[in-house]
Amino acid sequence: MIVIRLALQSLSARWLTALLSVLAIAFSVMLLLGVEKVRTGARQSFADTISGTDLIVGARTGSVQLLLYSVFRIGNATNNITWKSYTDIASHPDVAWTVPMSLGDSHKGFRVLGTTPDYFEHYRYRSGNKLTLSEGKVFSDLFDAVIGADVAASLGYSVGDKIVIGHGLGSVSFLEHDDKPFRVSGILRKTGTPVDRTVHVGLKAIEAIHIDWQQGTPVPGQSISAEDVRKLDLKPQAITAALIGLKSRLAVFRVQRAINEYPQEPLSAVLPGAALQELWGLVGVAETALGAVSAMVVATALLGMITMILTTLNERRREMAILRSVGARPVTVLGLLATEAGVLTLAGVLLGTILLYLVLAIARPLIDQYYGLNIALSAPTAWEFTTLAAIVLAGIVAGLGPAILAYRRSLADGMTVRV
Amino acid sequence: MRDVVFTWPGRPRFTMSIDEFTVERGERLLLIGPSGGGKSTLLSLLAGIVTPDDGSVEILGTNLSQLSPAARDQFRAEHFGIIFQMFNLLPYGTVIDNVLLPLSFSKSRRDNVERNSSAAGQAARLLASLGLQPEQIAKHRASSLSVGQQQRVAAARALIGGPELIVADEPTSSLDRISQQEFLELLFNDAGKAGSTLIMVSHDETLASDFTRVVHLDDIAKTEREQS
Repeated sequence: MIVIRLALQSLSARWLTALLSVLAIAFSVMLLLGVEKVRTGARQSFADTISGTDLIVGARTGSVQLLLYSVFRIGNATNNITWKSYTDIASHPDVAWTVPMSLGDSHKGFRVLGTTPDYFEHYRYRSGNKLTLSEGKVFSDLFDAVIGADVAASLGYSVGDKIVIGHGLGSVSFLEHDDKPFRVSGILRKTGTPVDRTVHVGLKAIEAIHIDWQQGTPVPGQSISAEDVRKLDLKPQAITAALIGLKSRLAVFRVQRAINEYPQEPLSAVLPGAALQELWGLVGVAETALGAVSAMVVATALLGMITMILTTLNERRREMAILRSVGARPVTVLGLLATEAGVLTLAGVLLGTILLYLVLAIARPLIDQYYGLNIALSAPTAWEFTTLAAIVLAGIVAGLGPAILAYRRSLADGMTVRV
Repeated sequence: MRDVVFTWPGRPRFTMSIDEFTVERGERLLLIGPSGGGKSTLLSLLAGIVTPDDGSVEILGTNLSQLSPAARDQFRAEHFGIIFQMFNLLPYGTVIDNVLLPLSFSKSRRDNVERNSSAAGQAARLLASLGLQPEQIAKHRASSLSVGQQQRVAAARALIGGPELIVADEPTSSLDRISQQEFLELLFNDAGKAGSTLIMVSHDETLASDFTRVVHLDDIAKTEREQS
């Protein structure tokens, strides 16, 4: 009892260095667990980018490719789907709803998506959430645009502003549809999905701004004014992709096969969930890198603790000699030092975990709001418990090194007490 | 102690050899030698902190060389009270904890103490008999005491539980002349009451008067220091 009390008193006599070690370990544990939480959160948010859609249809291509350009708005479609194919698919008996998507233009670096108001009805993210507007309303006029939260925030747009859509996808467009400006009719709430970085316009509007163009340039002398274009039939010739909802999910493979074997045109239908998994497999390398970095941080903190114990070892030679003189066994001396390291690590691990949960509890809504990342405030997983236990164990082992050194020195010192 | 040869590991090498050296029970022995003359080495051998390369050290009928290291530590806990030159106490511990420390390693000394009274009571009595006011200092940190007071607390720690041997390594060298005298008187008194054998080393011959025997280290041990 006295020995333990004295060990604690010894520790409290060195409280500042001990506290710093505990804090270093606590912060590293916080980082490690935090990275893990963000990783799971990111994975979940990623998997939740699109839900409620049973199939995504595009021209024949790989599933990741189709997912990238239709949902993530990255890269380009190699080919379009003809309007006829789209209407054929829409009239398939198992299909409940379809949303056409036409991509290819941009506004100051943000993709422009031509679609129908159904998109806002059927596109779901994060297990079934609908897109909602923070301002204004869904487009009703031909030249109305609904912009994502990031577009509004970074370009400072509000409802009623005029915007001009550029032809093509560069952030600086050399060809602009400046004869037919759009009006911002609504701004969407932040979702944490690519929707935030998209300008949504009507499918007909995409047709309208290209009606007097051919081969990607305006045809000279044939310009049709924004007023005249309203009188024309704006049925699109082709779209880039379509989202499909089925009457019954059980039909998903049947419909997928029907689309993949559609005789008039080579098409692909992919299951968004499966394609998301496949895509995560590609970006998952970053996860491993994050994990490795935080493991290194923990190792650094443990090194710091060993340094702390080693630097105090010299002043503790007196302690060792006294304990040896009253008959303490090497085991006791070793045990005291290793226990000290264990106690410090355990305190650090507990403090780090508590701090992380506190920070998460406070910052979670903010992270969701600003980064669209939904981090679950869940109990530590088995993996996390194992890791934490491993850190404490590593701390005890790390303490054994200095302990053995201390014992050797106490032997060499013999009866002399050195300071 | 018979035919003992001991060399400290490492450099510079220091070798000590002792043909024979005996201390009777109940003796108060003063061992005189110059600084660096091997006095501490001899005490380390006696207390079993180091073991001889050759020969045997027999204490109270037990050959220390034949004990395992852990058993030697236990033997030391049961039978030795050790006082160093200085820095005897754990500075952050309270005075009372410092005094009671040996009892947590030795059952026989714990039993000795508890046969008569409580451990804390016995500690207080020892402190009082050494000229300290236990009720004033018991709960203080050892580091708050003066050097003279610390040496007395160290003596109390060596004496508690009545170990057979008290080994002191120049315990008075950090004290002034009057305190030295006072300290030794108290130490003799308490060691005498407990019937402990007292072995003290010093370079100071003027202390000799109160001891039952005085031995010069040169007479019993040969030392060699290899220059490196």
